[in-house]
Amino acid sequence: MTQLALVIDLNVCVGCHACVTSCKEWNTSGWAGPMTDQRPYGKDPTGTFFNRVQTFEVGQYPNTETVHFPKSCLHCEEPPCVPVCPTGASYKREEDGIVLVDYDKCIGCKYCSWACPYGAREIDEKQRVMKKCTLCVDRIYDESLPETERKPACVLACPTNARLFGDVHDPDSTVSVMIREEGGYPLMPEWGTKPANHYLPRRKTRLRIHEDELLRADNPLKKEGQLPAPPGDTPTLDDITSW
Amino acid sequence: MHPAVSVILLTTLIGVGQGLFLALYTGQLYSVAKLLEQQDSQSFYALGSALALVFLVAGLIASFFHLGHPERAWRSIARWRTSWLSREVIVLPVVMLLVFLYGLLHYLEWTTPLFTVADALPVDATLIIGALATLATFALFICTGMIYACIRFLQEWHSALTVINFTLLGGASGFTLAAAFSAFTGVHLVGFYGTWAVILTVTAMLTRGASLLRNHRLRPRSTLQSAIGVRHTTIRQIAQGAMGGSFNTREFFHHQPQRVTGMARVAFLVLVFPVPALLLGAAWATSSEVLPLLAFIAQYVGLLIERWYFFIDARHPQNLYYQSIA
Repeated sequence: MTQLALVIDLNVCVGCHACVTSCKEWNTSGWAGPMTDQRPYGKDPTGTFFNRVQTFEVGQYPNTETVHFPKSCLHCEEPPCVPVCPTGASYKREEDGIVLVDYDKCIGCKYCSWACPYGAREIDEKQRVMKKCTLCVDRIYDESLPETERKPACVLACPTNARLFGDVHDPDSTVSVMIREEGGYPLMPEWGTKPANHYLPRRKTRLRIHEDELLRADNPLKKEGQLPAPPGDTPTLDDITSW
Repeated sequence: MHPAVSVILLTTLIGVGQGLFLALYTGQLYSVAKLLEQQDSQSFYALGSALALVFLVAGLIASFFHLGHPERAWRSIARWRTSWLSREVIVLPVVMLLVFLYGLLHYLEWTTPLFTVADALPVDATLIIGALATLATFALFICTGMIYACIRFLQEWHSALTVINFTLLGGASGFTLAAAFSAFTGVHLVGFYGTWAVILTVTAMLTRGASLLRNHRLRPRSTLQSAIGVRHTTIRQIAQGAMGGSFNTREFFHHQPQRVTGMARVAFLVLVFPVPALLLGAAWATSSEVLPLLAFIAQYVGLLIERWYFFIDARHPQNLYYQSIA
């Protein structure tokens, strides 16, 4: 079974928000209609987004590290938002595991957003329906696009390639290999929601240099000069020459 | 959680309606068992059912204000297999219909026994419809409570106490209203309903107190560490990806200072439990007509605050991602 998902590499995310703006651009002009904003140029601008980049500071000064953390729907394999929906507007696709909202069936009761521990769902204040990341379902299967562009808008926009897209159930896909070999992890594993999206941790590349590598014990330069002569009665190397 | 007025009104109003119906039917059962005097079908049971129906309908109307698309509300009966909200949407009209039928049968005085059980228990149509309505009423209490109790991330709600509290508080307010209704219609049931109201109120005080204590002791399962998957004791949010707030900051935060929430807790603990109990006791002692009504009003106002506090009390794990704006 296919489970499409994103793998987000926190090691290379620079927090540029290109994924946020490209997501908004694609999805606000797509078939699902606008993602409306309120007071976009006012004092408290707010609006609907599928994807947000958050920033966290880890550690205490001076030993701090800035972690940029893109957050969108994780397309859980056990999505808690789906069974609570009274109308069936919120559903998980059998064929590719994408969790979607049918905007024509949604009654805007917000119950699914209560049932999501990640805060991945946002109500559109104008259209009054629940919205969330669709993994650009209107793009990834569009055969009028060149095959390299059949990816979510955020993945194509990321300048550092921090967002990978693929089938996490296929053990040989790039995303599966990255999760397996680079320590990919799910968010809030304690709730058993089995998020399909995974995150790759910060990874430090460190040279491990041991002291004896810096001061080579067998450095021939340190052995210059005449070696002391062995005692005369010891056997020679070739039984011919003798000291 | 942000307390939505529509949901507060829905849960408290239908609670009163359900409780009042249960009170009426309890009264009928007592009179069938000849423990209480027989009441008039039209002026007591039919009028009481109408009053219960008013509360149920008012709750239903309030619930529509919670929806973004009320015109699509009919769709919400679709997922009754998985969704407690869907089940509530189905059971609420069933309760309303059965209470209406119960009142109608009493109004038409179709109270001739259909058959008699063991030569002692005359069973008429109202008794049968009332039994069905009682079942539906309890099913509705369970559905309403489970809507909140089934969300495992909201640890404050994820407990059997949530369902028990909804049931007991609804029952207590309904029996208090029944006492007020008896006082106004001049029926000698103020003491009977008042006693049951006090019993339910005291029991509800114990279970609601238990849930307050439980919530006070809860340790959140999710931490900032598990939320972003970084193993460090010191993590501080710098930006949440939006400067002017978002749905996440509006729906899941109550933005109330601790002083206000503390006052609300004291207010509901006083108004819901001791005040109505004392007023009902005073009403019984003085056989006053107004005191039971005052008891009901105090308890209902207290229940509004109680339900408000129920939302305030719940901390959603998504809030971990929205600790500071910038």
